[in-house]
Amino acid sequence: MRGRDVLTITDFTRQELEALFEEADMMLSALKEGRRLRVLEGYVLATAFFEPSTRTKLSFQAAMLRLGGSYIDLPPEEVSSRAKGENLADTIRMLDSYADAIVIRHRVEGAARFAAEIAEHPVINGGDGTRDHPTQAMIDLYTVRKALGKIDGLTYGVLGDLKYGRAARSFILGLSLFKPGKVYLISPPQLACRRDVLEFLEERGVEYEEASSLASVVGELDVLYVTRIQRERFPDPAEYEKVRGSYRVSLEALKGAREHLVVLHPLPRVDELAFDVDATKHAWYFTQAAFGVPVRMALLKMILKG
Amino acid sequence: MESSRELRVSKIREGTVIDHIDAGRALHVLRILGLTGAEGLTIAVVMNVPSQKLGKKDIVKVEGVELREEQVSKIALIAPSATINIIRDYAVVEKVKVRVPPAVEGLLKCVNPNCVTNMPREPVRSRFKVVSVRPLKLVCEYCGAELNQDDVIKQLTGGGGSA
Repeated sequence: MRGRDVLTITDFTRQELEALFEEADMMLSALKEGRRLRVLEGYVLATAFFEPSTRTKLSFQAAMLRLGGSYIDLPPEEVSSRAKGENLADTIRMLDSYADAIVIRHRVEGAARFAAEIAEHPVINGGDGTRDHPTQAMIDLYTVRKALGKIDGLTYGVLGDLKYGRAARSFILGLSLFKPGKVYLISPPQLACRRDVLEFLEERGVEYEEASSLASVVGELDVLYVTRIQRERFPDPAEYEKVRGSYRVSLEALKGAREHLVVLHPLPRVDELAFDVDATKHAWYFTQAAFGVPVRMALLKMILKG
Repeated sequence: MESSRELRVSKIREGTVIDHIDAGRALHVLRILGLTGAEGLTIAVVMNVPSQKLGKKDIVKVEGVELREEQVSKIALIAPSATINIIRDYAVVEKVKVRVPPAVEGLLKCVNPNCVTNMPREPVRSRFKVVSVRPLKLVCEYCGAELNQDDVIKQLTGGGGSA
């Protein structure tokens, strides 16, 4: 994987992801045991987030520091040259000359691919528009594997904004690299999964079903991946109020759930995932967020050092 | 000898004959060539005639014009079965079948306004992968947006889609 760009989850094979997960296991043990690693000593990562981020940015920075490397961070627009109208291409060229790899998040779709064409060094997509968030999908799949010991054969529910949500989209695409038992796509009709994703699932022979409510499928699920439904996606606020209750995950909504159900969420959450779930053993989302560091450590090591 | 029932279109001396155009798209081809008729060139447009290959087809003959590569690429996208015959002294000196390339670069605009190829002041050219020729389906290599035949006709001819 040395020198590779990380643009979309489907650029990877199952074997590559499994190798990544094994590396992440080693990183996780090192973190748990408090071992100091020096694998990326002398390496610099540039984090260029043109859109807000908490977990992705901080966990990439933490991962780099944990490996003995360091990072430079693109300042917010108002204090950088972008305020003077510098374009993306020039910004990327500069970062490419200062760092060994670049993580980019941008609201524009295809920005990471464009950056990768310009930069000599590897570019990691930290989220572009409504398209891809490959490292989030790596963390999500890793969490499933840690929680249930496998990814294959399980029944998944992916709930929320499946049309515009890049985390949900990347997770669904990521699942298709494995052999899930069945994938339920649970969303209001106006936020249903896009045709190209469904076609991809079909091509890969993944059994899926679109469902319009959680209640009808919750008892079958091994994993429930929850994402936010953004109010602003609904032209009519009344329409949003009508559907939001059907997609809210709470203790009540999980009543018929299987004992071992793993609830994931890429976070941040608003009100789609109730706080009363936090204390249950279904709540894996904080662990999932914590796995952001070892998984990104593994990825950085693999693309920078092989 | 030609039967009197057949349509007669006189031969051209120098120029180009574009044959096997999808029925109803001859006028789109003329638009791609930038020809309105006001140029004074001899142009013959034959539409919806029987064709073994296509069922029905259109033909365009233009006196005194040879096509540029970019025009050939554009014609391929709206008439993927077209053949281009170059005529010199009433004879076909070269016959080329157009070819829809596996990728189309710089000719079309992505339909997604939030695609990086539509960002002003960025040195980026659009690039589409040709996923299917009939029906035509192109996918933006940057953002994944799809272009269909109507989108392509609209963009290449600056007019309405269909046919």
